[in-house]
Amino acid sequence: MIKKLQNTTSRIWPAAAILMILAVWQTASRMGWVSAFLLPSPVDVVKAFINDFPLLMSNAKVTLMEAFFGLAAGIFIGFLMAVLMDRFDKLYQAFYPLIVLTQTIPTVAIAPLLVLWFGYEMMPKVILIVIVTFFPITVSLLDGFRSADADTISLMRSMGASKMQIFWYVKFPGSLNQFFASLRISVSYAVVGAVISEWLGGFYGLGVYMTRVKKAFSFDKMFAVIFLISAISLILMKLVNILQKKCMPWETKN
Amino acid sequence: MAELIVKDVTLAYEKDNIIENIQLELHDKELVCLLGASGGGKTTLFNVISGLQKPNCGQVLLNGEDITGQPGQISYMLQKDLLLPYRTIEDNVALPLLLKGENKKAARKKAGEFFKEFGLEGTQKKYPKQLSGGMRQRAALLRTYMFSKDVALLDEPFSALDTLTKSDMHRWYLDVMEKIHLSTLFITHDIDEAILLSDRIYLLTGKPGRITDEIVVREPKPRRKDFNLTEEFLEYKKMILEKL
Repeated sequence: MIKKLQNTTSRIWPAAAILMILAVWQTASRMGWVSAFLLPSPVDVVKAFINDFPLLMSNAKVTLMEAFFGLAAGIFIGFLMAVLMDRFDKLYQAFYPLIVLTQTIPTVAIAPLLVLWFGYEMMPKVILIVIVTFFPITVSLLDGFRSADADTISLMRSMGASKMQIFWYVKFPGSLNQFFASLRISVSYAVVGAVISEWLGGFYGLGVYMTRVKKAFSFDKMFAVIFLISAISLILMKLVNILQKKCMPWETKN
Repeated sequence: MAELIVKDVTLAYEKDNIIENIQLELHDKELVCLLGASGGGKTTLFNVISGLQKPNCGQVLLNGEDITGQPGQISYMLQKDLLLPYRTIEDNVALPLLLKGENKKAARKKAGEFFKEFGLEGTQKKYPKQLSGGMRQRAALLRTYMFSKDVALLDEPFSALDTLTKSDMHRWYLDVMEKIHLSTLFITHDIDEAILLSDRIYLLTGKPGRITDEIVVREPKPRRKDFNLTEEFLEYKKMILEKL
């Protein structure tokens, strides 16, 4: 009961802060302190969101699909690389610097290239998302695998466990915490990555919608789509949290 | 029938011998203790016996068979309980059976039969962090027992516990041993613990570590409750202190 109360009070303050910012913003637009054309009021943004709702949703569907496929492929590749690099030290030495290098490439710079190579459809977007998401996944899993307790591994060996068994019983479950931490980062990377690659070429998606409304100077719609993207990222992160609790029941037991 | 013989084992690390010419025997149903100061090579010796490390020379024989450098033959309980935090107690205890390829259901059932004997009833579905240190140690010991019912190596199994829990665990341990008759070789640096629990005590001293003495504790089992307060107990203690 007390805990529930504490939870509600801890939620009051951030909510109050947000409400206050919205109130100031609304008053500023209402009183004409800033031009409504440059900064639409929150109410205008909500109206734009409602008016364009079907269009926003159909575009969001495309963006989410790209994000999903990209993330799934990113996780798969990240997992595979982490396993191989953990198993074979030479691979680790050879590829780790290279993987770090891929992260220094500015996403915005290669997106147009990907469009040139793979066209305007889904492919270049998915590839871009893979590039931005596999890194945190690989690094966190690899870290998790490598930080497995040496004594536990000795114990497993003394019980005659094979390398495969040591992996499944010790290294993999031990790295789940780090994996989920990186997954939380990766889901928002995936959404943002999808939007950025849609800016640079495509027919559907929230990024395409964004460039269109920007060209039409409909800043109310612009804000509506920005909020939608934030909301999507937040919801996805929340889903990751729920999934983590489901996958790691031992964490919540006391 | 289980018998462990360690013959002339020497192990060096970067040219320095850590243990030298170790000879020891563990007979069926015996509880033998390896007593020595920390850092004296006791754990190294256990790593050799369990097969985790290969000695530079010497042999480890289990029931006459050479098992030098072959892990997976003898139960080994390391210093910490090392229960896997993400597995329930029953799945932790059943782990050795799962590693041997038994299916989950059968492994759980087999392990479950011993929960009562080890004083672990009701902990099956709990996670290690929900248990006290003493209970975790019991679970770890049961897991060790599930691996092999012949010979077990225990590396300071009770050293991490507080004094009261420790004396509780000693009584419990002697009790369990009466029932399951496991041949056990265990390490300790606690002289009282060594006298209280063992049939025989090997002293491992010096650098490199050698077995310098062997003491037989001629106190019948089950031991009296107040054995550690008797004259005889003190005599043993005095004798060991002089030799260390």
